[in-house]
Amino acid sequence: MDSPLYISHYCKIEKGLISVDGNVIFHAGEAQFSDFIKQAFKYQQLDYPKFYKMDNLSKLAFLSAEVLLRDEEDKEDIALVLANKSGSLDTDVKHQESIQDAANFYPSPAVFVYTLANICGGEISIRHGMKSEQVFFVSDAFDATTIFNYATYLLASQKAKKVLCGWVELFEENYKAVLYLVERSGTKLHTINNINQLVKN
Amino acid sequence: MNCVTPLGLDLQHNWTALLEENTGIDVHTVGSFENIYTAKIKNLPTVQPDLTYLETMLYLALKPLIRSKILHAKTGFILSTTKGNIDFLSEGKSEEAELNKLAVKVAGLFGFITAPIVVSHACVSGLLAVSVAKRLIQMGQFDEVFVLAGDKVSEFVISGFNAFQAMSAKPCKPFDAERDGVTLGEAAGAILVTKSPEHALVEIVGEGAINDANHISGPSRTGEGLYRSISSALNEAGIDASAIDFISAHGTATSYNDEMEAIAFDRLGMHEIPVNSLKGYYGHTLGASGLLELIVSILSLQHNKLIPTKGFVSRGTSKDVNIITQKMDVPLTYMLKTASGFGGSNAAAILKKVNG
Repeated sequence: MDSPLYISHYCKIEKGLISVDGNVIFHAGEAQFSDFIKQAFKYQQLDYPKFYKMDNLSKLAFLSAEVLLRDEEDKEDIALVLANKSGSLDTDVKHQESIQDAANFYPSPAVFVYTLANICGGEISIRHGMKSEQVFFVSDAFDATTIFNYATYLLASQKAKKVLCGWVELFEENYKAVLYLVERSGTKLHTINNINQLVKN
Repeated sequence: MNCVTPLGLDLQHNWTALLEENTGIDVHTVGSFENIYTAKIKNLPTVQPDLTYLETMLYLALKPLIRSKILHAKTGFILSTTKGNIDFLSEGKSEEAELNKLAVKVAGLFGFITAPIVVSHACVSGLLAVSVAKRLIQMGQFDEVFVLAGDKVSEFVISGFNAFQAMSAKPCKPFDAERDGVTLGEAAGAILVTKSPEHALVEIVGEGAINDANHISGPSRTGEGLYRSISSALNEAGIDASAIDFISAHGTATSYNDEMEAIAFDRLGMHEIPVNSLKGYYGHTLGASGLLELIVSILSLQHNKLIPTKGFVSRGTSKDVNIITQKMDVPLTYMLKTASGFGGSNAAAILKKVNG
């Protein structure tokens, strides 16, 4: 419980820009989200066709995790603590459109499965083989105290070796992802202040 | 603790109905789905005109717990829900459908000082919310947490499960050879998790919530995530699997889920431990199910009474499971509650009876 915890790496995706540990790794200019995320995915040169089947929230979460975890080894015990404001509303609206009109009723399992906020976390787990603790919170703004305590608990109780935490928000064209990895080594201390600054700035 | 379900608008009515083996499942019409089996509440009273149907359910569930409590800065409020006020979407009000808006509104009805925490983690939400409460109390963030869980039957969810061909044409039959899918239901449940052992009914001695990392809409064939969740809970509790007196399983009555659970229990050497699924009484109540079924299990512990699995006739899983088929009076100390859901999610919690 007492040994200090650190933020070893972090990633941000917003306004057509992807950065890792503060360094911009991809910039797409003024593109719409779906074009931007597709370009960014191609730029990563990943062979993962499942990406194209994901909803936009999952694409955002997937790519954020990808750039952070690609060089990690032994990912099975990395827990996942995610949060956002809109839950799965972006896809909920799409499912609703498919059932809104009784005369034009076309609900699809491929859409419906993404009408749960935690599915984006499931996509990350599958990609990285993370058979680990997971939770998805919904709050108006990033709840640093709760996320901090939860991640600290997982490491202190040895229910996880590392914890990937963060904010993955997407509704229509408004999106922002900030993920950070908490572990026992690093340079930036894992504190409520530090994670608040990371996510809210 | 308290619950609001088709079997009753409070805890006592639910317990009485369960002992009589009544079911809340009946024929209903929901939107464009005519005459389908769902577990819908039939006579939900109006509490306040400005509350939605779900908000009324949640209010009625939590009200008796709050009555004489002082809510202070160390009192937490966690809401578990998958779809919240999703019906607002059909009116084009997407902002109104935000889960956090629902939580803030319900918190305001009771006057919580701390900001609400929403857990939305598919069908494990209700059980995971209890773990979250325990963990945040252990970290000192709260002294006590009111955990409230609820979801309602909606055309939104029915149309989705129907598109997956995961809905049973008849009332669901958990673990049965002829099971063919879920029956959806609605409920709200509320429980107080506290660090004070005084007046406690049970102790949460271990819990875990581990992902399959296998598939987003189907469980792991080997029950890996559930196996690990239960192992993690047993490890924390410091007990052997054989110490568990009964299991309240997820038991949705889909072919894949129940088979996966039987495999996970078998891998843990738990195939002889009595198991029930309460879905035959309540249907699948989504984000409420884990908490509702935990509440009923606490009643079982208190009364030393096992509730049978309604709808089950003969085993339909490849591995042995000891399904409870009739009411039984047996001394009970430890119980295991499990849940699994979309996204590869799983949760497990072990409770130990402390008083009564």
